[in-house]
Amino acid sequence: MSARTLHVIRACTAWLATLVLFFPLFWLCLTAFKTELQAISVPPLLLFTPTLENFALVQDRSNYLLYAWNSIVTSFGSTALGLLIAAPAAYSMAFFRAPGTRGLLMWMLSTKMMPAVGALVPVYVLAQLSGLLDTRIALTVIFAMSNLPIMVWMLYSYLKDIPREILEAARMDGAGIWGEARHVVLPLGLGGLSSTALLCLVLSWNEAFWSLNLTSAKAGTLAALIASYSSPEGLFWAKLSAASVLAIGPIVVLGWFSQKQLVQGLTFGAVK
Amino acid sequence: MPFLQLLGVEKSFGVQRAIKGIDLSVEKGEFVVFVGPSGCGKSTLLRLIAGLESIDKGRLMLDGRDITDLASSKRDLAMVFQSYALYPHMTVADNMSFSLRLANVDAATIREKVDRAAAILNLGPYLQRRPGELSGGQRQRVAIGRAIVRAPKVFLFDEPLSNLDAALRGQTRIEIAKLHRELGATTIYVTHDQVEAMTLADRVVVLRDGAIEQVGSPLELYDRPANRFVAQFIGTPQMNIVAAAALPALQTLGSRAGPTLPSDGFIGIRPEGLQVKPAGGGAIPARVELIESLGADTLIYTDAGDGLQMVARQSQRTALHPGDKVGLEVDAAAMHCFDREGKALRAGG
Amino acid sequence: MNRFMPRALLTPAVATLFLWMIVPLVMTIYFSFVRYNLMQPGALDFIGLANYEYFVTDPDFAPAVVNTLVLLGSVIAITIVLGVGLALLVDAPFPGRAVVRVLLISPFFVMPTVNALLWKHMMMNPIYGVFAQVSRTFGLTPIDWLADYPLLSVILMVAWQWLPFSCLIMITSLQSMDREQIEAARMDGANLPQQFWFLHLPHLARPIAVVIMIEMIFLLSVFAEIFTTTGGGPGNASTNIAFLIFKQALMGFDVGVASAGALFAVLLANIAAVFLIRMIGKNLDR
Repeated sequence: MSARTLHVIRACTAWLATLVLFFPLFWLCLTAFKTELQAISVPPLLLFTPTLENFALVQDRSNYLLYAWNSIVTSFGSTALGLLIAAPAAYSMAFFRAPGTRGLLMWMLSTKMMPAVGALVPVYVLAQLSGLLDTRIALTVIFAMSNLPIMVWMLYSYLKDIPREILEAARMDGAGIWGEARHVVLPLGLGGLSSTALLCLVLSWNEAFWSLNLTSAKAGTLAALIASYSSPEGLFWAKLSAASVLAIGPIVVLGWFSQKQLVQGLTFGAVK
Repeated sequence: MPFLQLLGVEKSFGVQRAIKGIDLSVEKGEFVVFVGPSGCGKSTLLRLIAGLESIDKGRLMLDGRDITDLASSKRDLAMVFQSYALYPHMTVADNMSFSLRLANVDAATIREKVDRAAAILNLGPYLQRRPGELSGGQRQRVAIGRAIVRAPKVFLFDEPLSNLDAALRGQTRIEIAKLHRELGATTIYVTHDQVEAMTLADRVVVLRDGAIEQVGSPLELYDRPANRFVAQFIGTPQMNIVAAAALPALQTLGSRAGPTLPSDGFIGIRPEGLQVKPAGGGAIPARVELIESLGADTLIYTDAGDGLQMVARQSQRTALHPGDKVGLEVDAAAMHCFDREGKALRAGG
Repeated sequence: MNRFMPRALLTPAVATLFLWMIVPLVMTIYFSFVRYNLMQPGALDFIGLANYEYFVTDPDFAPAVVNTLVLLGSVIAITIVLGVGLALLVDAPFPGRAVVRVLLISPFFVMPTVNALLWKHMMMNPIYGVFAQVSRTFGLTPIDWLADYPLLSVILMVAWQWLPFSCLIMITSLQSMDREQIEAARMDGANLPQQFWFLHLPHLARPIAVVIMIEMIFLLSVFAEIFTTTGGGPGNASTNIAFLIFKQALMGFDVGVASAGALFAVLLANIAAVFLIRMIGKNLDR
C-alpha cells in the first residue's frame, strides 16, 4: 500500500470519526430550528424549512432571560473575584519565590482535587442557615473558590514565563517594584490574564453540581434551567434544543479559542 | 582614588562559595574585561556590581560612595544583558527612553538623547519598530543604545556577543571598541572568549573558581602570566606545557635562560616559540602528527615521545607530512618556567 | 517592606482556600458523628460510628461503589484508547485539519445538563431518538437505553464529553515529539505498528498517565448526568457514590449519613490525588 493511499485513508478516517463524534451537537443545532412535529418525525428530517419560533418560545415558557442573566452574573462575577484573589498570590509566588512556594502551590492544587460532593452537605447547611440558598452571591463565591487553584496555577505559569532578565533590565533602568509591575509585568502578562479569565468563565458557566443543588427559582443558572426540561411535559424537543443551543453556544465558541489554556489549566501543567 | 572599587567582596549561594574575597580597583574611563572558564564567577561578579545580587561580605565603592547596599535602580549603572533583555512590547525608541521616562525627564531632552544614541549606533531607521521585528545584531545595538542613553557612571556588559554568529561577532567587537574610544566611558565587560578580552581590554581580570588569578594588560598577561592557568587560558593554540622531568634536554636550557628550574616543575613554550627543523636538528626529536594550514599561519602538531604533544606555529607554508620525523628548536628567551604548583618563576627568583 | 509584601499578597488566596477546605471538612467530620436530619432540627446527638455503619451497610452502598468503579474504568478506557487513536489520526497534516480539531474539541464545552438531555432525548429515546431510527433502518428493534442499560448510557454520555479532553492532551503531546526520531526508525526498517509500539506509545505514556489521574479525580464526582437522566435508577443501577451521598443528604435529608459517605468519597479522591501531585511536582520547577 503506497504512502499516498495510506495518507488518504487516514484523512478520510479522521474526517469520518470527527463527523460521527460531532453529530450529536450538529443534530442538536438542527433540531433547534425545527418545529416540534418535525423534531420527532420518523424517519428523521434532514431537510426542512428552518424556523425561529422555538427561540422565542423558550423565553415565554421558562423565563430564559433570568437564568441567562444568572449565568452571566455568576460566571463573570466569579471570574472577577477569582482574579482579584489569585493575581496577587500568583505574582508573589512567581517573583518572590521562597523555599515553601512549591509546597504551597501543590497544596492549592490539591484542594481542587477534592470531590465537590464532599463539601455538599456542609455548604448546603451553611447556605441554609445563613439564608444564602438560591442566591447569586453564594454561587459566585463558590464558583470562585472552586476555580481559584486553577487560576493561581495558570497565572503563576504565565508570570513565571516572563524572562527574568527583562525585569532586571527594568530594575537597572530605575524602576522600583511598582514600576516593574506597571511597565513590564502587566503588559507582558496581559495575555496570560485573559487566557486564565477565559478558562474560568468557561468552567463557571458550565458548572452544574452547585447550581443544581443550591438553587431553585431565583438564582438558577442555565445549567439548572436545562435540567428542569428533563421532566417531560409533552413534546418539547425543539424547544429543548433551542434552549440548549442558546445555553451552550457562546461557551462552545469561546472554548474553541481557549484550547491551549485548557490543556495547561486542567492538567495542572503536567503536559506541555 | 579609583573610580570603582571592590574591597574583599564575597558571595555564597547556599554552601557554594561563588566569589571568594575579590579586591579590585577600576580607574575612570578604563575598559576592564572579566574573563575565565564557565563557572568561574565572572557573571556573578558583574551582577554583584550591578546590584542584581546582594554582596555577602565586603564593600563596593563607586565614585567615592559606598553602594554596597544600594538598590540597582539607584546605582547609576547600565547593563547590556547577554540576551539583550529588550522590552518586547515597546518600540526601539521607547526601549531606549524607558529609563529617562521613569526619571521624568522632559520629552524634548529624551528625544535628543535617543536620536544621538541612535545616530551613533545606526539605529535611526528602526526607532519605531518592535524588538521582534529586528535581527539579532540590531537587537544587540538597541540594548547598547539603551545603556548609552543613560550616560551612566559605568557600563556593564554580560557576554553581549555570545548570541551572535561569528561574522557579526567580529564586526560588533570592533564597533564596541570604537564606541569606547568615542565615549571614554568606564566599562566592565564579561566574556569567556579570550580574543575579545585581548582586543577590547585596557586591563584583563582572569578569574577562576571565584578568585582572581591575575590582573594586567592583555600583553602583560600574554608575556608574563603569573601561573600556569593564566598561561594556558590566554593564547590560541594553548601554550605547550611540559613537565621538566620529561625532557631533561630543556632543563639545561632553562638554567641558561634564567631561574633554576626545579626538577618537578613545568616548562611552558608558546607555539610561536618552537621552530621546526629537519630531523636531527633542534633540542627535541619529534614526529609530525597533524598539519593545520590556516593560510596566514601554519600549525604543526607533533608527538615528542611518550604521548607528549607539542604544537609549533610558523608563518611560512610547510612541505611536511604527518609521520615525518623532525626536531623542535626552542627559543630559550621565550620559555616560561613554573614550579610544581604552577606558579610562574621569574628571573632573579 | 521586602519581606512583608510577598506574604501580604499571598494572604487572601491562602486564607480563603484554607477556609474553603477546612470549614466543610471539619463540619463534615462533625456531622458524620452525630444524628442530624434536616427535617428534624434540634439538638445533635453524638452517635459514634453509627452513621458510617449505616452508610456502609446501606444496600445501595456496594452497588454504588461498583458502579463508580465501573463508570471510572470504562470512561477512562474509552477516552484513552479513542483519544490516542484520534490523536494519531490527526497528527499529520491533511486538508481541513484545523476544522477537525475544532469540531473534535466541542463536546467538552457543552454543559453537563445539556449533554445529558441531548443524549436522553435526541439520541437514546427508544422511539424518536437517532439510535432508534438507525437501528430501525437496519431492521433491529430499538433499545431503550436508559431503562435497560442505565449505567452504560451514563458511561456513553460521560465518555463522549471527556473524549475531547483526552484527545487534545494527546494531540498536544504528540506535537512535541521528535520527528527525526521517527525518520530514523523508518530508515532502520520499522513499520507503522512497530513505530507506534516503540516510539509513539512510550512518548505518550506520560500524558496517558496524566489523563488517567485527572479523569479519576473529576469522574469520581459525576453527578449532573445521573441527576438529569436516570435519577440513579432504575433502582440503584446507575447510582454512584456521589449520587448516593446526594440522595442521603438532599432526598433523605440525613446529613449524618451523607457526611460519613462524603468522607469516604474524599478518601478515594485523596488516593488518586497523591499520585497526581507527585507527578505534577516534578513538572513544577520547569
